[in-house]
Amino acid sequence: SDVPDVPPPTDSTPEILKRALSGLSARWKNWWIRGILTLAMISVFFLIIYLGSFMLMLLVLSIQVKCYHEIITIGYRVYHSYDLPWFRSLSWYFLLCVNYFFYGETVADYFATFVQRREQLQFLIRYHRFISFALYLTGFCMFVLSLVKKHYRLQFYMFAWTHVTLLITVTQSHLVIQNLFEGMIWFLVPISSVICNDITAYIFGFFFGRTPLIKLSPKKTWEGFIGGFFSTVVFGFIFSYFLAQHQYFVCPVEYNSETNRFVTECEPSELFQMKKYSVPPLLQAVLGWETVNMYPFQMHSIALSTFASLIGPFGGFFASGFKRAFKIKDFADTIPGHGGIMDRFDCQYLMATFVHVYITSFIRGPNPSKLLKQLLILQPEQQLSVYKTLKSHLVEKGILQPSLRG
Amino acid sequence: QESESENKLDAETASDSESKSEFGGSAPVPTSDDTPEVLNRALSNLSSRWKNWWVRGILTLAMITFFFIIIYLGPMVLMTIVMCVQIKCFHEIITIGYNVYHSYDLPWFRTLSWYFLLCVNYFFYGETVTDYFFTLVQREEPLRILSKYHRFISFALYLTGFCMFVLSLVKKHYRLQFYMFGWTHVTLLIVVTQSHLIIHNLFEGMIWFIVPISCVICNDIMAYMFGFFFGRTPLIKLSPKKTWEGFIGGFFATVLFGLLLSYVMSGYRCFTCPVEFNNDTNSFTVDCEPSELFQLQEYNIPLVLQSVVGWKTVRMYPFQIHSIALSTFASLIGPFGGFFASGFKRAFKIKDFANTIPGHGGIMDRFDCQYLMATFVNVYIASFIRGPNPSKLIQQFLTLRPDQQLHIFNTLKAHLVDKGMLGSLEDA
Repeated sequence: SDVPDVPPPTDSTPEILKRALSGLSARWKNWWIRGILTLAMISVFFLIIYLGSFMLMLLVLSIQVKCYHEIITIGYRVYHSYDLPWFRSLSWYFLLCVNYFFYGETVADYFATFVQRREQLQFLIRYHRFISFALYLTGFCMFVLSLVKKHYRLQFYMFAWTHVTLLITVTQSHLVIQNLFEGMIWFLVPISSVICNDITAYIFGFFFGRTPLIKLSPKKTWEGFIGGFFSTVVFGFIFSYFLAQHQYFVCPVEYNSETNRFVTECEPSELFQMKKYSVPPLLQAVLGWETVNMYPFQMHSIALSTFASLIGPFGGFFASGFKRAFKIKDFADTIPGHGGIMDRFDCQYLMATFVHVYITSFIRGPNPSKLLKQLLILQPEQQLSVYKTLKSHLVEKGILQPSLRG
Repeated sequence: QESESENKLDAETASDSESKSEFGGSAPVPTSDDTPEVLNRALSNLSSRWKNWWVRGILTLAMITFFFIIIYLGPMVLMTIVMCVQIKCFHEIITIGYNVYHSYDLPWFRTLSWYFLLCVNYFFYGETVTDYFFTLVQREEPLRILSKYHRFISFALYLTGFCMFVLSLVKKHYRLQFYMFGWTHVTLLIVVTQSHLIIHNLFEGMIWFIVPISCVICNDIMAYMFGFFFGRTPLIKLSPKKTWEGFIGGFFATVLFGLLLSYVMSGYRCFTCPVEFNNDTNSFTVDCEPSELFQLQEYNIPLVLQSVVGWKTVRMYPFQIHSIALSTFASLIGPFGGFFASGFKRAFKIKDFANTIPGHGGIMDRFDCQYLMATFVNVYIASFIRGPNPSKLIQQFLTLRPDQQLHIFNTLKAHLVDKGMLGSLEDA
């Protein structure tokens, strides 16, 4: 019933590509552009990985800001609210607040030694929550004061739109960074699995596609879905095998305060040490091996790939539904042939949260340095009672010899 | 609260009528008169203005009495009441959404909204329960597994709802469905997180629950009274009935009220002690050695006030100083929550959130100023009063690997020896 006045997407394909492909028909030209850009994006991805954790963090932050900008811009166009007083400033202000809050929580944990040395940072860390809340409240009060008689409803809609967008983009990006600090493999394997699923589902659909999957996305087929699932599991399995051998990918990222850089050096945990697994009799006949040497992480990669193939696409359907609802073809025109950054990342939405929840539930417990930091903030009497409880626990478990003193 | 401003709602301009046509503008739903017959008859002789005043007054007293009864009944009942208020607030806001978007018949949507409410509550209660009912949870095997994989289970439940939403998208109703999805999530963010922060505050000590809520209520009433008798300069266009005189008078009155109420309450252990769950009696207990916040101390009165008050020192509870911070927030920033709700009601052309309470409107109308208070108190406690929860830390410690446990233990030991809390020869 209502059709927002959305300008048609502009063609931002570089001139050079256009000339090179001028001979081909439109369909093949589109295919080639998408293919070339896909390769370009994958190359950028590998380059950033090579450059290290800090660059990756910056990349994640840039993507987050761009995604946020894309979704907010759609909101402006839908509601014709580009000229609402204050609203652009307030949206960016809220983005800043929420990022400040999340980075403060992360930074305090991982840069603990760096922070201990500087007095001003100590103050900021101790009262971090209070400061973040005060900053947010300022934004909230500014919003209330900016309510203008004719535009109440629009302003409330944009307020809600901003908050939901923050919820989606900012929390996901911070979970991605948390996963990254756990070890680059926890960042690379999930993202690659989603990309692989995207590509292989498309290819399987292209060659074998017959039965439509869901009305929302008419181009998706069951054959693509299932073919993509199996390929992604195999891909994840093989990719993990290669990554698990290098300390660079496997070790938690730590900040070395002496060299002021990120280091990834450690004793690989048992997840990344080869183990012998007995092959189930069923597969023994097929493969001809009785045992196989694998990294335990590869078993986890199966879980990650399965999620990427089966549930990840729902993120894509959600984005498709969103685009249909607001009658837009793509989120933006940033990448020629592909659309906006959000178009590429729509399937990643849920993956980051899943990996984070997976790690905290099945892989590791709480972060020891964070726990230590909290212990040191307690009141002395509380510390003493905690100390006694811990000591009795460790003695009970035989980790601590009761006869040792001092 | 804004009966005069109703006339202003009708004078809508181009921008709003444009959005009206876009979203199927809603006519304001006429509020039905919920006042009980008894009251109607008793007040039938008075003019309608005084009648309204009396109805509001009687209901206010009824609500305050109810509040005191609940406090008397203890933490368990309080938690249940908070839970009920939360559900009712959620229901009120969602219903407004349905009315605004005429989306009452959207497939699945009512089910999905309640399902998401359940999921988010499950997640938050799981986090709380694990902390406070730690020993109970460790004993029962099913509970232990639920708590160990709590986040995973909550996420799986939420994902199920998300996938159901995606599968429920129907061709003609995409936009409406996305709006309701957004509406539900924002409502959950506001209502459910606030209610859980209130329960956290409650567990810290009932005084942290009662003083903030009372300060907000007091500010509401005092600002109204000061405005009624002295009100002259309007405060903000959003709420034409509010005046600067009411605002400032309410501020001072609330600070004073907070000081007095804290003084009275700090004397009783049942209010100042953290609520704990006693495994043997399977009930909540409030029994402890009062912390130094609740022990009388001598304070020197600044010279300026000495001449006014005539005393050189005064005996006060340190908590009363904190109560000044709480009352100040309740009077200065709390009203912004009320303005937000007023703006919301103007935006969607409703007079009240619902008709639950005669003369007052819905539950949300009463709680609009409380929005920010609960978060503030929680952040205040976490930043200035106490550090992390020791039992939660122990619980996290127990899930670490032995080498990590040993490392932490040794660092803590070195720290305690450093501070002189632990003699180097002490054992067990």
